[in-house]
Order: sequence, then C-alpha cells, then structure tokens
Amino acid sequence: VKRDPKTLTERGIGVGVLVVAILAPAIFNDYWLDAILTQALIFGMGAASLIFLSAYGGMISLAQTALMGIAGYALGNMVSQGGAGGESKGLLLGWDPTVSLLLALLLTTCVALVFGAVASRSYGIYFLMLTLTFGVIGNLFFGSVTKLGGFSPIAGIDRRAPGFVGDVVNDRERLYYIALVSAFVAYALIRFLVRTPFGLSLQGIRDEPVRAASLGFTVPLHRMLAFTVAGFLAAVAGVLAAWWNGQVSPDVLGLNATISLLVMAVIGGLARIEGAWLGALAFIVISNEATNRIPADGLPVIGGTFNTVIGFVFLAIVLVSPDGLMGIWDRLWAVGRRRGGPPAVEVALSEPAAGAPS
Amino acid sequence: MLFAVLYVVFIATTPDEFGNGDWRTTNFGAAINDPGAFLRVLLDAVTFAGLLFIVASGFSLIFGLMRVVNMAHGSFYLLGGYIAYEIQQWMNPEAMGISLQAFQVSTWEWVFPLLVTVACIAAFGLGVQQLLLRWNQGQDLRQALITIAVSVIVADQVIAHFPRHVPPGAVQFGGNAVSIAWPGWTNRFVDLQLFGVEYSLARLVMLALGILVGIALYLWLYRTKTGMVIRAGVDDRQMTSALGINIQIVFAIAFVVGASLAAFGAVVGTSQGNVAQLQDGQWLLYSLVVVIVGGMGSLLGAAVGSLLYAIVFMFSAAYLPTTGNECCTQYSIVFTFVLMALVLAFRPQGLFGRAS
Repeated sequence: VKRDPKTLTERGIGVGVLVVAILAPAIFNDYWLDAILTQALIFGMGAASLIFLSAYGGMISLAQTALMGIAGYALGNMVSQGGAGGESKGLLLGWDPTVSLLLALLLTTCVALVFGAVASRSYGIYFLMLTLTFGVIGNLFFGSVTKLGGFSPIAGIDRRAPGFVGDVVNDRERLYYIALVSAFVAYALIRFLVRTPFGLSLQGIRDEPVRAASLGFTVPLHRMLAFTVAGFLAAVAGVLAAWWNGQVSPDVLGLNATISLLVMAVIGGLARIEGAWLGALAFIVISNEATNRIPADGLPVIGGTFNTVIGFVFLAIVLVSPDGLMGIWDRLWAVGRRRGGPPAVEVALSEPAAGAPS
Repeated sequence: MLFAVLYVVFIATTPDEFGNGDWRTTNFGAAINDPGAFLRVLLDAVTFAGLLFIVASGFSLIFGLMRVVNMAHGSFYLLGGYIAYEIQQWMNPEAMGISLQAFQVSTWEWVFPLLVTVACIAAFGLGVQQLLLRWNQGQDLRQALITIAVSVIVADQVIAHFPRHVPPGAVQFGGNAVSIAWPGWTNRFVDLQLFGVEYSLARLVMLALGILVGIALYLWLYRTKTGMVIRAGVDDRQMTSALGINIQIVFAIAFVVGASLAAFGAVVGTSQGNVAQLQDGQWLLYSLVVVIVGGMGSLLGAAVGSLLYAIVFMFSAAYLPTTGNECCTQYSIVFTFVLMALVLAFRPQGLFGRAS
C-alpha cells in the first residue's frame, strides 16, 4: 500500500515528539519540565477542547476557560477543609478527594451540557459571542459569590489530590506524567470520536447545517453533545490546572485567560487538533522569554508588557496565516506537491456555512 | 418582558425585615411597603439603560451593517474614558491629578473633552477599520479575532501609559481608576413630587443623552440619504454596491459612528462612575448582552435590550438577599445569564433580530 508521504512524515514526527515527551524529565531541567512542559500539556488540553469544536463542529467556543475554571472551583470547594491547618475560602466541604474529583468532572460536564443547550442553535459569530458571554459571566460569578470563594483564591487544592494521583506538591515529575497521559488519552479520544458515526455527522453539520437537518439529523442535539464532550475535556484540563497551580481564583476564568487560550489555539491552528499543544507550547515559551527579557519599566519605545508582545504576535498570525502554525505546515506540503488537486486541509476560518436551519 | 414583570412581582412580595435577616432580607423593603426605594431603583435602572444604549448601539450598528463583531468596542470605551480624563485635567491645571468634582467644572470643560475624545476614538476606529478589517470583508471570525488582538494590545498599552495626570509625588499605577466630572449645574437633586423621592439630576441627564442619541440615530438612519444607503447595505450589501454606491465609504462612516458612540458612552460613564483597567471587558460584556438579547443590528433591539438588561442588573443587585448569612454576595450576574438563556431559548436571533 502506498502511503501519503505527508502522513508518514507526520507520524514520524509524532512518534519522535512522544519519545522526547516520555524522556523529558531526563532531558530538561526541573524549571522547564514544570513551568513550561507541564503547563503546555495542561493548557494544550484546554486548547484541544476548543480546537475539537472549531475543527469538527465549526464552533469557536470562548467558554472553555470558564469550564476549566468551574472544574477547578468545584474541586476546590469539595476538597478544601476548614479548621486548623485548613483553608479559609470556599465551602470547605472536606470530601474524599477521589469522590470530589469525579463529582467535579461530572458537575462541569453538566454545566457544559447546559451551556451547549443554550448555544446550540447559534452559529458562527453568534456562537462566539454567546460563549464569550458565558465565560465572562463565569468569571464574575465566582468573583462575586463569596460563599464559593469570592475574589481571593481557594488555596491548597494540590495538597488534597486523590491517592492514586499521589503527591503533586513535591513530586512535580509525577504531575508531568499525569498531564502527559491525560493529554495523550484526550488526543486519542478526539481522533477516535471524529471517526465514529457521531463525529462524521458532526462534520456534516459543520459543513452543511441546513442539508444535515433536512437529511434528518437533529442538528442542535449533535452540537450540544459535541459541546458536552469538549466540556469534559476542559474539565479534566481544569482539574490538572488546579493541581498544577495549587489554587483557583476568578482570574483563571477571566477574560485574559479566555483570550490566552484562544491565542494558543489560533497560534497552533484552529483546523487541527495537534495545533493545540503546539500553540500552547509556543505561547508559554514566548510568555516565558518575554517575561525574562522585558525591562521592569516596560517595552522600549512603546511601553507595555508581555501582553503587547503577544497581542502583536496574535495579530500577525491572524493576518498572515489564520490557520496558525499547522496551517503553515499544511500549506508548505500543498505547495510542494502542487500539480493541481485540492488543498489538503479545509480552512476553518472561511465560514463553514452562513445559513442556520430554522 | 414576561420575565422582567414576573421578577418585579416576585420582588414586591418580599417582606421587609431588620437585624440579621434571612434569605428574604434585602437592602430595600418590598415595593408595596417602600415605594420610594422601588422608584429609585427603577430610575437607577432606566438611567443606566440610557448609558448602556449609547455604548451598545454603536456595537450593534457596526455589526448590523458590516457583520463585524467589534471585540475592541470595550477597548474604545476604555481608551475614551482615559482621554477624556486627561483633557479635563489639562483644562483644570489646579486639579493636580486628582479627579475633579462637579462644582469645579463648567459646561464647556465637559463638552470640550467629549469632542476631543470622540474625535480621537473616531480616528482610531477608522484606522483599525481601514488598515486591519477592510481587506478581510466577509470573513466574520477572522475579523473578530483581529479585533480581539487589537483589544489585547490596547488594554496593555492603556495600563502602560494612563493615567498621565497623577498627584505630585504619587506613584503612577497604570490603569488606576480615575473619573471626570459632570458640569456643575447637574450637581443637584430634583424633587420628583412622587413618594418623596429626590433624584440626581446628573443621572437624569444621562438618560436624556441616551434618548437624544436614540432619536439622532433614528433620524439619521430613517430620514437621511446616508441612512437610507446604510439600511440598504444592511439588507443587501452586494446589490447596494451594484447600484453604484461606494459601499466602502458607507462602511467607513458606520465604523466611525460606532466607535464615536463608544467614546461618547465612555465620557458619560466616566462622569457618572469612573474608568479603570478591566472595564474594557466589562463594557464588551454589556454590549454583547444587550445585542444578544435585543437582536443584532436593530436600533429598537438595542434600546429594549438596554432597558431589560439594566432592569435585571439593578433590581437583582438591589433586591436579592445580601445581609446576614448571605453577606457580601452578588447574585445579579446569574440573572444576566437567565435573561439571556430565556430570550435565546425562544428567539435565537434576539428579540428584534431578523433570522439570517
């Protein structure tokens, strides 16, 4: 069987990346492993939930950060304990960590179901606006409901991780591997899901919602379920982020965090799942380098901090290659093999279909 | 509508209690027992709706004509608020970087900052539209992402450079809250002759400005040639340009007017409250909620959306339990979500939006 050279190259790179990722604790120093790679794996998973919706459902969701934050808050409120040596914020339920973990994932998935139900009949730019509103509302909710935490963070979540997860406070290598396994499972799950009948009909709905509806598919239901699956992935990422940070605050679901996750997804490329981790890694490395290099009184000439830098990077990516780094990669191959024939991958940003079924 | 009415009815049955209170205790008593407080909250809501309308109508106008979701609308507001502050401080050197009081400010010292702010933000908006958005016409999501990038840069630059007038000897914290003052003559209370309520004239002026903007927009859109062309462009962009109308000029005008309305709203909002970092996200949320509820690109929708949102916002802030066991919690944001979910459940395109 003759294989497509691009697929073979990508598989080779994928295996290489996986080997490096498994050996990472031996290759990188502790700072890089914890602050860069673990963070990139966790936020890459959040970005993957966003890209799953955009690449296969035609929905750009800005609520994924909110769902991550809700999972973190749910976990924080359930595991934190009052009393001496305990925490001071949140409901302080002090439940069993394993039960809390499962309940937090379940709760967040249910919230995603509700969000999805409300948003499933909105398309394109309306969907983006609606999910952005969910995100901002989530941020303001946790900021203003003092019983669930209020403006100051719930701390100590990492001290109460379940037994099978282990000590994530001191054993950061262990946390890295947990993040790696979760990311790999998430990636495999998405790749599996898009080949199932559900995934195929979702892609049909992405391309032609009206035609899919007239063929008998329940369009809002499919989109709602896709949103729920993405919500579950975001919930896992949110729990990992809570362990990695050790705390949750309203900032983790604020507008800045929402935009950061979107920037990661766009830098990586909204059309392909692999772009999620690539974009997260690029974002975090740029952020790290910029923080180290920018003087305390701001950037030279124009002033400002890392956000100005990432804003211009984001602007450049959107203007030059709306499909991000993965889009550049795909286009290089398309140029290489140009003897007519269609481009390899559909551009996600060129409107899937304007019409919405009524 | 029904939701808002039910909500008010619910409030009116809330009994008034004092002391530690329980879940039914609110800042204000029930409307039946304390109609004055009820009227004051209602006026707060209606006047806030005036401000909401000024900002959100600009957002809605840009979307209605150009299908551009201007995610930088809140950034225009933020930048506008700080520019107005700098101009008013510059006109009153004795203020020395401390926000002015109304009695220190003449009408001209309020109007001139307004004019300068509107001009600056209009020019900035025109630049964004011509340089970044014009050649992407028709690619909704890409344009939304571009304006998000602009908003990230503006938010950071505002923190880096504003406020510039700071009290002598004080350290400048970027993005600190500052405010401008209404003209002196608004600094009094009007006796409404109803339930003994005296109400701030400045807030009534805010409502009047909102209504004036609404009337002006209506006359412009429905009684002038330009407005006619804009409405034609909303309905069918290609046909309008096929008739020989330069649609690019119409787009530029609409974007400039939309940005100017954000700046106008910023001056009014900064006079009534203040401007500080992170308010760009807040005003983007307000604009989004108003147009999602009211319907995209509809003037009437923006007005009704502003009113509904302001009523939900003010009443849930005033009448939900806040004392005793429930201390310091604001649940009003939950009701914002409920309002949106209810409207979208029945009309996904908003109350006055047209199905695409």
